Amino acid sequence: MWRWLHPYAKPEATYHLLQKLLPWFVALTLVTLVTGVIWGLAFAPGDYQQGDSYRIIFLHVPSAIFSMGAYMGMAIMGAIALIWQIKTAEWSIPAIAPVGAALTVVALLTGAIWGKPMWGTWWVWDARLTSELILLFLYVGVMALYFAFDDARTGAKAAAILSLVGVINLPIIHFSVEWWNTLHQGATITKFERPSIATSMLIPLLICLAGFAFLTVSLVMMRLKNEILRHELHRPWAQQRLEQD
Amino acid sequence: MAFDSFTDFVAMGGYGLYVWLSFFLSFVVLAGVALETLLAKRQLAKKSKQLQQRQERLARRKASRAEVGDGNESKT
Repeated sequence: MWRWLHPYAKPEATYHLLQKLLPWFVALTLVTLVTGVIWGLAFAPGDYQQGDSYRIIFLHVPSAIFSMGAYMGMAIMGAIALIWQIKTAEWSIPAIAPVGAALTVVALLTGAIWGKPMWGTWWVWDARLTSELILLFLYVGVMALYFAFDDARTGAKAAAILSLVGVINLPIIHFSVEWWNTLHQGATITKFERPSIATSMLIPLLICLAGFAFLTVSLVMMRLKNEILRHELHRPWAQQRLEQD
Repeated sequence: MAFDSFTDFVAMGGYGLYVWLSFFLSFVVLAGVALETLLAKRQLAKKSKQLQQRQERLARRKASRAEVGDGNESKT
């Protein structure tokens, strides 16, 4: 495995791999997201308690899950950057953080808009909502720290350490609905028992989950390509690439 | 189809405002990230071109200076 992995420590090799994979991921994103959203909005049955307001779930759950998934990915890249000092891993931190922050914003916005008709309030300072808001601050903090140093590699190291420390927030978000009293409902699919949702709603939700997964990966790949080019701008291969595209 | 008519679909059982607002805002945020990424790439292409032009200028200046002669070329 290491022999296969090793060439990708070279930014140029990673770039070409991303270049090859990106169109597939973009295509998969479009297909799954469009299918999932249309299915969820128009074809899934209404909820017997929440009526049609529950359709926000098709955005809320995927964005919330991948706001955490992206953070995990960023923290893993941070660990790789700290341990093996691989530059591409360092650059993937500013590639992932804005995408994760956007997903967190979407989760918070859709949650607030869903909360208004169902709970009667846009926002409560309970554990689930507050810990998800802290996730947004962590993303912003990681980005701020990354760019706060004159020496880019020092900034990357500081951001990597913060991203690793912030991992503690992920189980807090996930278990917050069990550990504390909250308005937020418990886990529906991310638990070990059978999902507590009808199959006719679960299928479009799973498609939306796949859609958000592909979207997250696609956006990160696009941004990582930019980061690689930004750092390799003085190299002929990067200049040629930019001319061709 | 979970709805009888298009009006029903838009109304979302009375929750239309909430459902459509959440879908609209999500789209704006995520499309914003994608757009920013594409614009950043264009910016990089511009910067790369400037960098190359500067390198060419420097190379030309060096060449013309060598033509005038500063005593170094006689050694070769």
